[in-house]
Amino acid sequence: MTADDAATEYLLRLGDNCLILGHRLSEWVGHAPVLEEDLGLANVALDLLGQAQHWLGLAAELEGEGRDADWFAFRRDAGEFRNALLVEQPNGDFAHTMARQLYFDLWHVPLLANLENSMHAGIAGIAAKAHKEARYHLERSGDWVIRLGDGTEESHRRMQEAINELWNFTGELFESDAVEEVLAAEGVAADAGRIAASWRKRLGDILTEATLDLPQENWMRHGGRRGIHSEHLGFLLAEMQFLQRAYPDARW
Amino acid sequence: MNEMPLWEIFIRSQHGLAHKHVGSLHASDAAMAINNARDVYTRRSEGVSIWAVRSTDIVASAPGDKGPLFEPANSKAYRHPTFYDIPDEVGHM
Repeated sequence: MTADDAATEYLLRLGDNCLILGHRLSEWVGHAPVLEEDLGLANVALDLLGQAQHWLGLAAELEGEGRDADWFAFRRDAGEFRNALLVEQPNGDFAHTMARQLYFDLWHVPLLANLENSMHAGIAGIAAKAHKEARYHLERSGDWVIRLGDGTEESHRRMQEAINELWNFTGELFESDAVEEVLAAEGVAADAGRIAASWRKRLGDILTEATLDLPQENWMRHGGRRGIHSEHLGFLLAEMQFLQRAYPDARW
Repeated sequence: MNEMPLWEIFIRSQHGLAHKHVGSLHASDAAMAINNARDVYTRRSEGVSIWAVRSTDIVASAPGDKGPLFEPANSKAYRHPTFYDIPDEVGHM
């Protein structure tokens, strides 16, 4: 594997995480519990879609096959997506959406902080912009988990259930493989181990403040970055890609 | 919505200008009010600063008191600085 191949693969992972989570959040538009939250979720969704456009655009550039971000978003099938399983999980209730978001943001913020210093100028540039956005996302998701955890009896119960049910998807975020090891050695990609430590520490602080219990260590699900997805991704893509599949290259 | 009281939101659009009332929203506490205001009212770079005030903390004049409060000023035109000739060089004031 050449360095460029590894970087392309790494960029697809970054882009697909943002794209799929952004799409999931956009499913809340018009359905959120209050108008303020409807707009808040839409803003986060738009930030993530913008980031996906940058990451996938850079991947297309490095790949040099004449494709673009839209091609990656709309012309690949589930097996070619490289996102973590966590981000494709359904929205569930509001607690599930916020637990998923907290797990993701806690990983995303230190990752982007690290990538701001990437030896690859393109990656560093995108990360610098995305880092500011992600810090705000984390402020929101952390606040919600604390409020719901330390809220009413029902909100506490639901928040704890969501934290427990999505726990098995978190291990995958910190797995390293040949692609990341090659890039980390060159200072292009982030070191997954260091991000895991920060994630653990901050998650513990937030859950304590939320009066929630940290889930027990358990087996972790993985496979997303190799294209082995849960059953939910196909349904998501069917909706997200419908227009391009039915009317390729449609314009208006 | 008992846990989400109403807040009045004020945005300062540029440094040096005053905060201006832009609307209201629901939030459970001050921190959420600022975040919600950011999401609802500054999506298009409208502001550089946000104030949030609990709506119940605003003291308002009663519409019924309009007469005694405001009408006495109507007959005091001399309070308006409109009796001076302004030299052209001053330009727009």
